[in-house]
Amino acid sequence: MNSHVTVAETTSARFSKYPVDGLAGASFKPEHFDAINGDSAFAGFLEVHAENYMGDGGAPHRLLTAMRERFPVSLHGVCMSIGGQGDIDADHLARFAELARRYEPALVSEHLAWSTHDGVFLNDLLPLPYTAATLERVCAHIDQVQQAIKRPILLENPSTYLLFEESTYSETDFLDEIVERTGCGLLLDVNNVFVSATNHGTSAMDYLSEFPLEHVGEIHLAGHAEQDDGEGHKLLIDSHDGPVADAVWKLFEIVISQCGPIPTLVEWDNDVPDWPVLRAEAAAARAILDRHAQSYMLGRRHA
Amino acid sequence: MPDSGHESAFSTAIRDPYVPTPGGVISAFGGVPAKRFDVYRNNVTVSLVKALAEIFPAVSRIVGEQRFADLARLFVRENPPKSPLLFRYGREFPAFIESFAPARSMPYLADVARLERAWLDAFHAADAAPLSPQSLAAIPPDNLPIARFVAHPAAALTRSPFAAVTIFHTNREERTGQRIDAGIAENGLVTRPGHDVVVRSVPAGTAAFLNALLTDDTLAEAASKATAEDAEFDLSAAIGLMLESGVFAAIESG
Repeated sequence: MNSHVTVAETTSARFSKYPVDGLAGASFKPEHFDAINGDSAFAGFLEVHAENYMGDGGAPHRLLTAMRERFPVSLHGVCMSIGGQGDIDADHLARFAELARRYEPALVSEHLAWSTHDGVFLNDLLPLPYTAATLERVCAHIDQVQQAIKRPILLENPSTYLLFEESTYSETDFLDEIVERTGCGLLLDVNNVFVSATNHGTSAMDYLSEFPLEHVGEIHLAGHAEQDDGEGHKLLIDSHDGPVADAVWKLFEIVISQCGPIPTLVEWDNDVPDWPVLRAEAAAARAILDRHAQSYMLGRRHA
Repeated sequence: MPDSGHESAFSTAIRDPYVPTPGGVISAFGGVPAKRFDVYRNNVTVSLVKALAEIFPAVSRIVGEQRFADLARLFVRENPPKSPLLFRYGREFPAFIESFAPARSMPYLADVARLERAWLDAFHAADAAPLSPQSLAAIPPDNLPIARFVAHPAAALTRSPFAAVTIFHTNREERTGQRIDAGIAENGLVTRPGHDVVVRSVPAGTAAFLNALLTDDTLAEAASKATAEDAEFDLSAAIGLMLESGVFAAIESG
């Protein structure tokens, strides 16, 4: 039996309750709508950035409704600023809750990051120090979100480019505490693990071995770009603009071999290719899920 | 435990490239984390400039990608978004263009930007069926002059002393080789009668008529304002256009 975070039953029945177990999916881009409609063989799930569907009506809702009629959908919030010092924006939370109600998503997630400060929206997933004070605030924000949407969320580990002197928790301990206190699940972004580990000169495998994997309800994969930090060290950028790197595929396979077939999504947000390319990335993820599903059914493998 | 100041320091430094990297942030390798911090700075600015280019593609094509990015960067610094909904961003951009001295050689640019902003509002507007000809026909003739109309959520009207609508279409559809007389006044009517947003140019009288109705005048008041502006105003043609384009969603009273 798997230990993924279970999703609360919804009472309405606007859409079929498609299960997402063992599936691989891809970011939904409106420009792929026709191609996905013509692709009767795709049997994955689709993930949308919640903010793109917070308008009143029109094409975004029409397209998402059509996709939701065929597929399980994952609602991925990008701008809740859960890691922020300020209060959660009540209007934004209400819009998020309305989407969660309206589209009955199989998965709902947000980020361990902040993006709004003093009423200004900075449109990036900005890092926070890991301290007792920030832990308390993050947990309060997650409680508030979970109460509003009446179900647990999955919180995503960030990719980071620098560290804070004042941090007193490791990221994995911080996430562990959050799960413990709020009952939320985790969205393990394997690319973020690789990006952060490279950027901070640590081991991605060590990070994964300390990560509370039993609480992971979804996995993200994505491409990254490579720069240097001006001081002679490699600096990876979480750019979501290309295929998943080989090293990330390897880490992913290790996680799946340990945890079983967790729903996995390939993100591709910049320089978005034609649908068949994105679909092929999702198929590659699915092949790994399937490969380990059988052995997983026979009982947990030894580490 | 007191709050650390990381957010305000980040926020200030992200928005101003001349402010040094905030204190308290480090690289695991030691050394200066300036280039690391610049990743965040770059992400924020580049993504907001890109958002503006997506909201104002015609303006971007007219001035060129690089000059648009320069203009957008200045705008972003003075007018950072106040909402995480970026499809609502850039309402002050047309006025910013007007006040920007180097753009004065293109006096039509701000009105093209206004149309592009209205296009995106129409794209995201609430769904509503346009007013049907049957609903209008059902009003007793005596009540027609005092009828008022409820605007369709997607409807907007922009009036310009320049050929803003032609310039909008030419650049959105990436047409080339067409000579435009920018000095011809055009009134842009933005609606979404079906799935797609439609932007069309309407005559001055019709614009005055629709503008009056959109600001809650009665049909008779709107017709008289239209005739005052344009002696050739054709009421039945204007009503025909009003129905076909879907400016209104319902009759308020009649």
